Amino acid sequence: MKNTMNFSSEHIAYLKKQKRKKIITVTLRWLILALILGLWELLTYLKVMDPFITSSPSRVVKTLGSLYASGDLFRHIGITLGETLAGFVIAVVSGYIIAILLWSCQTVRAVLEPYIVVLNSLPKIALGPLIIIWIGTGYTAIIFMTVIVAVILCIMNTLAGFMAVDGTKLTLMKAMGAGRLATLKKLVMPASMPALMNTLKVAVGLAWIGSIMGEYIVSRAGLGYLIVYGGQVMKLDLVMTATFILCVLAGCMYGIIALVEKFVVKQF
Amino acid sequence: MLEFKDISYSYHTKSGETAAVANLSFKVEKGQFVSVIGPSGCGKSTILSLAAGLLSPSSGQIIKDSEEFGYMLQRDALFEWRTVEQNIFLPLEIKKRNTPQMRKNAVALAEKYGLKDFLKKSPSQLSGGMRQRAALIRTLAAQPEILLLDEPFSALDYQTRLEVCDDVQAIIKSEKKTALLVTHDISEAIALSDKVVVLSARPSHVVAEHTVGFGDSPKARRNDSHFAETFEVLRKELGI
Repeated sequence: MKNTMNFSSEHIAYLKKQKRKKIITVTLRWLILALILGLWELLTYLKVMDPFITSSPSRVVKTLGSLYASGDLFRHIGITLGETLAGFVIAVVSGYIIAILLWSCQTVRAVLEPYIVVLNSLPKIALGPLIIIWIGTGYTAIIFMTVIVAVILCIMNTLAGFMAVDGTKLTLMKAMGAGRLATLKKLVMPASMPALMNTLKVAVGLAWIGSIMGEYIVSRAGLGYLIVYGGQVMKLDLVMTATFILCVLAGCMYGIIALVEKFVVKQF
Repeated sequence: MLEFKDISYSYHTKSGETAAVANLSFKVEKGQFVSVIGPSGCGKSTILSLAAGLLSPSSGQIIKDSEEFGYMLQRDALFEWRTVEQNIFLPLEIKKRNTPQMRKNAVALAEKYGLKDFLKKSPSQLSGGMRQRAALIRTLAAQPEILLLDEPFSALDYQTRLEVCDDVQAIIKSEKKTALLVTHDISEAIALSDKVVVLSARPSHVVAEHTVGFGDSPKARRNDSHFAETFEVLRKELGI
């Protein structure tokens, strides 16, 4: 944009048009949010909807304020965020390592394939009671839940990325006399970076599912705990507030990964 | 020098056995540029894999005076996440010959053959012809004795193909390398090689060998009166 002087008037018109399109999109986005919140607030204010059942934006703000005042807000956020991040990192790292093992040995891959398929389709929450009995009711149980929810998909996506590496490039490496390790390091790992970025995006979503699910089963604090507790004692304000915080956190985490992706995939 | 002596090779799959090559014999002298042409699917790439030792023959013997091979493929297979220069260093890293001296030689080679301004660029910023030239320099970087070329021009558009194929031939000749090219393009084979080996359909064996004597450059050859004549002979031998 800085050297507008060098552009033809046609190009300037094109840029203007693009910019206008973007402005319209962003405005509409915020407008929808404002409309939903406004309507929600209005309908509860007019008692068309019962705020006891549906809560309302102003009550959510009030709840946020009281949570903050009691010092509980950041404690709950911190616990859930910590569990989610820990589960996410463990799932991604161990998924990557297992994918490397599966990639490097065709026999292992063939042998383990049905296990992975079954584990992938198993609803992980079914393991809840086992996790409580084996691991207990602390944070480790929730982190473990997060890991098992996310790790299978991490393995499968990462492996798919490894296997999708261009055959010509593999032949080239072989012709140069590269062994498995060199092929992995110089070709397969860098070539599958875009696939890894996709895996991270999916894994973030799954990690949140895992940690909240874990907190539903066993917890004494955290956003998932607030939601369950709020539901049990009919404090819908609390449920809505915790859900709202979750939306913001999940959105931010996804945004950070999208940013990293932009930076990494720029080279491809 | 590279010699195939009575080579046979079969592929094995679940559904059966396919003889790709049967009793194949031919010789590439040191410093010679030999092309192998044959109908499509006749196992041309198999011949290069056998030469490079990626496959071992079912029977027969391959005699070579060097294990230093450079392989050039249909597509340039440049790594997008590396600069052109880093791509050229790749064989040095793999062969654990990544010394300052070798790197200097590789860069000198790249500069000599017109890649000077592109070394720090990403492969995606290069034209198809330039990319294939970068692929050749990468092949030459580890200083191989024998070059194995697997239809390296077939992915290029016609005009670029003529240009790059003349370039590549000139570079290989001036670096005094032995080269074995497989192709399905008759005119390419005539224009580039000292000798053309014609293969039969699968299982392939040698139908005829021709020494090409006229013209001193690919361009001169294409314009030579013998070109059309040789083309006809080869075409008949291929059965098309």
